[in-house]
Amino acid sequence: MPQAALVPGLLPPGEAHLRKRFLEQASLVPGGDRISRCLQCGTCTGSCPVSYAMDISPRQVIALFRAGQMEEIFRSRTIWICASCYMCTTRCPQGIKITDLLYSLKRTAIEAGLYPGRFPAYRLSQAFVSNVNRYGRNHEILLLIRYYLWRRPWELIRMAPLGWKMLRKGRVTLWPRKIRGVRDIRSILRAASELRLPVSREAVEYGPEMVGYKAVG
Amino acid sequence: MEYLYYPGCSLESSGRAYDESLRAVFSALGVRLKELPDWNCCGATIYMSVAEAASVAISARNLAIAERNGCRDVVAPCSACYTVLLKTNRFLKEGRDLKTKVDRLLSQAGLSYNLTVNVRHPLDVLVNDIGVEVIALSAKHSLEGIHFAPYYGCQIVRPERGFDDSEFPVAMDRLFERLGAKPVYFPLKTRCCGGMLMTTFPEVALHLVDELLGCSVENGASCIVTTCPMCQVNLEAYQKRVNMEFRRNYRVPVLFFTQLLGMALGCSDAALGLERNFEPLAQAAGAGRRS
Repeated sequence: MPQAALVPGLLPPGEAHLRKRFLEQASLVPGGDRISRCLQCGTCTGSCPVSYAMDISPRQVIALFRAGQMEEIFRSRTIWICASCYMCTTRCPQGIKITDLLYSLKRTAIEAGLYPGRFPAYRLSQAFVSNVNRYGRNHEILLLIRYYLWRRPWELIRMAPLGWKMLRKGRVTLWPRKIRGVRDIRSILRAASELRLPVSREAVEYGPEMVGYKAVG
Repeated sequence: MEYLYYPGCSLESSGRAYDESLRAVFSALGVRLKELPDWNCCGATIYMSVAEAASVAISARNLAIAERNGCRDVVAPCSACYTVLLKTNRFLKEGRDLKTKVDRLLSQAGLSYNLTVNVRHPLDVLVNDIGVEVIALSAKHSLEGIHFAPYYGCQIVRPERGFDDSEFPVAMDRLFERLGAKPVYFPLKTRCCGGMLMTTFPEVALHLVDELLGCSVENGASCIVTTCPMCQVNLEAYQKRVNMEFRRNYRVPVLFFTQLLGMALGCSDAALGLERNFEPLAQAAGAGRRS
């Protein structure tokens, strides 16, 4: 492996694998291939309202992708801190769909099991998705209780006065209601899981077009 | 005129006042809203980050049902729903592989979707289909004396090329200006409120909310008017926490734009769900009712 890191254009097998999975995910996004057009101008980072709280900026995410350091991206909190405001996507002079690419990175990270331990954003997603899968709609209270119980139970006590106020104002539905078509959701999910390609852990073929500045064209 | 109406999950609970006031405003203008039968969650921004094809298919189920009902325009008031449904349409139009996949998933549920439904935001419908002048003719009260910060949030103007500019939209400013209110200078009108970060990274989201509240107050706004249920909760319900955290004393009413519009159209407070807001629009409301 150490040699592989020294030879330009050669990637350690784990890295090549992650890269391939990410490129597959990104190819599902219309315009996802535009990542190769990045100029490293930093407009995305400058426009991002939360980049100050990220350990790696959005521009650096693309730089690390080019440098063959996918794992470093997945170990950071950057992709999970994005609030999906799409300012970067709107302003990118090269038309790169940065927010959508961050979604692709999240999916790759979840698939590969590479996210920072005890990480909040992933848990929230899980609670949300299971809510939707079960009832067909999201149920705010159930989502929050589930999330806080797992993540920081003491926060529930802190949130109680606010919850009570919302309840008094009639802004809380206590019980989740299933939609009639919840069976539709189930069959969509079942079919989706059949469609998913098996994840292989073998060495991956990678072309030179996937790496470094060759990726820029 | 009749539109199919897709409320979305938030409008069933924390954003109930948005649902009530939207229905009140449309009925005051004589436009019928028919709720989309048995709609499901659009997946918001979260589902997309877990599963791609499934999330697109789940949100496309709503559009498929709308299509089956012979509808052309679906009105989605929640910003997340609006942007996700629009995005679903675009992804299916542009991504051929994805379309094949999603078609297969939908067919498992006995549905099909041929991309014939337009997704519309109520602000777009009000300003572009009904028209500012027509609304002004139906107005019963002037909104004079109300200085408001027009807050659009992120997702109704981005990332899709929607009905207004993606950084400096003016639809709401123009609408309420015509009705007598005054939009204050508010450069953060499409700045992010943090959305779900309020749950996952509260320290980041509280900072964003503090900036928004500060900017509106400094520019002399007596209230913030928003188009999004998430923004409304973040700006209103977490104001106390922002005050504690940053030693402020904000008491800014945060209204849905349909609530303010309903006041001009002479709807009752109960019909607009005004009692559900934390901070009443005290002096400004008085001004609104004066005429």
